Amino acid sequence: MNKTWNNKAWFMVLPVLLLVAFSAVIPLMTVVNYSVQDTFGNNAFFWNGVGWFSDVLESDRFWEALGRNLLFSGIILAIEIPLGILIALNMPKKGLGVPVCLVLMALPLLIPWNVVGTIWQVFGRVDIGLLGRVLDGLGFDYNYVNDVFDAWATLIVMDVWHWTSLVVLLCYAGLVSIPEAYYQAAKIDGASRWAVFRYIQLPKMKRVLLIAFLLRFMDSFMIYTEPFVVTGGGPGNSTTFLSIDLVKMAIGQFDLGPAAAMSIIYFLIILLFSWIFYTVMTSSDEQA
Amino acid sequence: MARINLDHIRHAYGAKPKSEADYSLKEVHHEWNDGGAYALLGPSGCGKTTLLNIISGLLQPSEGRILFDGKDVTYLSTQQRNIAQVFQFPVIYDTMTVYDNLAFPLRNRGVAEPDVDRRVRDILEMIDLAGWAKKTARGLTADQKQKISLGRGLVRNDVNAILFDEPLTVIDPHMKWVLRSQLKKLHRQFGFTMVYVTHDQTEALTFADKVVVMYDGQIVQIGTPAELFEKPKHTFVGYFIGSPGMNVLPAAIDGSSIKVGEQTLTLDYKPQIAAGAKTELGIRPEFISLSREGMPVSISKVEDIGRQKIVRAEFAGKPIAIVVPEDGEIPADPRITFDPAAINIYADSWRVGREG
Ligand SMILES: Nc1ncnc2c1ncn2[C@@H]1O[C@H](COP(=O)(O)OP(=O)(O)OP(=O)(O)O)[C@@H](O)[C@H]1O
Ligand SMILES: [Mg+2]
Repeated sequence: MNKTWNNKAWFMVLPVLLLVAFSAVIPLMTVVNYSVQDTFGNNAFFWNGVGWFSDVLESDRFWEALGRNLLFSGIILAIEIPLGILIALNMPKKGLGVPVCLVLMALPLLIPWNVVGTIWQVFGRVDIGLLGRVLDGLGFDYNYVNDVFDAWATLIVMDVWHWTSLVVLLCYAGLVSIPEAYYQAAKIDGASRWAVFRYIQLPKMKRVLLIAFLLRFMDSFMIYTEPFVVTGGGPGNSTTFLSIDLVKMAIGQFDLGPAAAMSIIYFLIILLFSWIFYTVMTSSDEQA
Repeated sequence: MARINLDHIRHAYGAKPKSEADYSLKEVHHEWNDGGAYALLGPSGCGKTTLLNIISGLLQPSEGRILFDGKDVTYLSTQQRNIAQVFQFPVIYDTMTVYDNLAFPLRNRGVAEPDVDRRVRDILEMIDLAGWAKKTARGLTADQKQKISLGRGLVRNDVNAILFDEPLTVIDPHMKWVLRSQLKKLHRQFGFTMVYVTHDQTEALTFADKVVVMYDGQIVQIGTPAELFEKPKHTFVGYFIGSPGMNVLPAAIDGSSIKVGEQTLTLDYKPQIAAGAKTELGIRPEFISLSREGMPVSISKVEDIGRQKIVRAEFAGKPIAIVVPEDGEIPADPRITFDPAAINIYADSWRVGREG
């Protein structure tokens, strides 16, 4: 087959390029612009070089928030991925149960972030919330406003509730693509339930799991709305994640320079981690 | 190493079969001898795979029982029946190496590692993949995958039976021949009962002691290759076995005289035919002789296939094939005669023998 080369085709992508420029590149450059300058008001800016970057990198506040982010992402990945796989494995493969399960699974995904936050904020309140009252009634001293552990537990349970479905749906898509013949061969070969999972189901789910993992990592690493609504970053700074800190700095304190520097560092960290995960997971894919 | 009895097996995939047509397997009642080599032959969709899956326990028959050496195994799992099966579409565990793929059925059954190694190396040798042992199975070619799939079926040597579902479809002809003789050797050595599904009649005829012909969810005939050739029980067997297949001509039968078109033949026996049955005469192309005597035909085409010629002609308004030796003469005014011993009479597609 002959391919026709025509450089005029580039004009076709021009509108998209312009759109991306206005929506992403130009705002990003503004951030870069702020990050290397200082101001004393009156719209007068001075060149500050990497000053803000080193300030951010030297501050405990930044490293503590980063630590919280990593801990949070680590915990929710460790729960959501195995739980998602487990649920997907137990979902029905045919019959009326399939659409019912799929709709149930899709429900949490359809709720906007801030609504999820509000739901749980109310749900967990000790005075009027169902969860709070029940836990209190059972004799647990639960209070996400005062107690660090309770605040974290609430955020984690909320995230698991909100996002495990995504992992489930992706894994389920991988599972239903496995032809019946594989299960038949496994029976003939006397494979245990575990061997079926390890050698048939897991390899087929590997690609979708990689996507689920990356999506959940990036998304949880950027978490903002839910802790902002539920705990507001507290008690103390215990749930102040990078994103929350960033907003505090930029809007609360109007420190545009450090906030811009932090945004860029934040962005680079996500990029870096995603790249590492992707490389590690796809390379093991090739060896296996 | 078991005698397998299929006791009035019927199977329908749908939940509530209403009519005969809902059954993919209409009625199979048959015994497979211990250590026998059977070829299962039949057109696409006739129920071959369904039958194998019922024997191995992957599928529960809707009706009927299965017995191994007289013991009812109908509700036993595949695992408990101890059967190996090679699937029509090769299944490969593609994250494992070729070696591990072959070792898998043994390791799952807790076979000691030195024994596993010995068995796997034998099989690797046999399927000619010894050099590939350490490679991952992913990215192998289709024929290599099929060989591994076959190898996994052969690696256990204590099985009751091995069921092969068209195991060599994508293997090249020479390798096919090699593997087939290896298979026969293994069969002689270990004496498992073997059922081999194929579309390829030469494969079936050279390979098996008994050929089982299936058609439309039923076993229509079981016999030696010679029986299938000489006395096809059903017109389908006549068409399906032999190349070209048997000529089947509509015939009016009255006592021992048969009228085909304008021609009348006389048999030396009187076939017993129920009133109103559709009657036909079957004669293999090999048993028709072409000469200057007999019944007139008009020749439409002559195909030279090497040692023989196939003459396509029209007889009594119906197409007919005649096999003529390579040096056989084709006369200008061609006439044919049927070998009377080779004539088969069919009533409603089933053979009516001399016996009644
Ligand atoms: N899982 C299934 N569900 C419903 N019907 C099925 C199923 N498997 C097979 N059938 C039907 O049962 C009949 C027999 O199928 P089977 O696969 O046993 O044929 P086969 O002889 O193996 O054919 P082939 O030579 O094409 O492999 C076919 O009409 C097929 O459509
Ligand atoms: Mg089949």
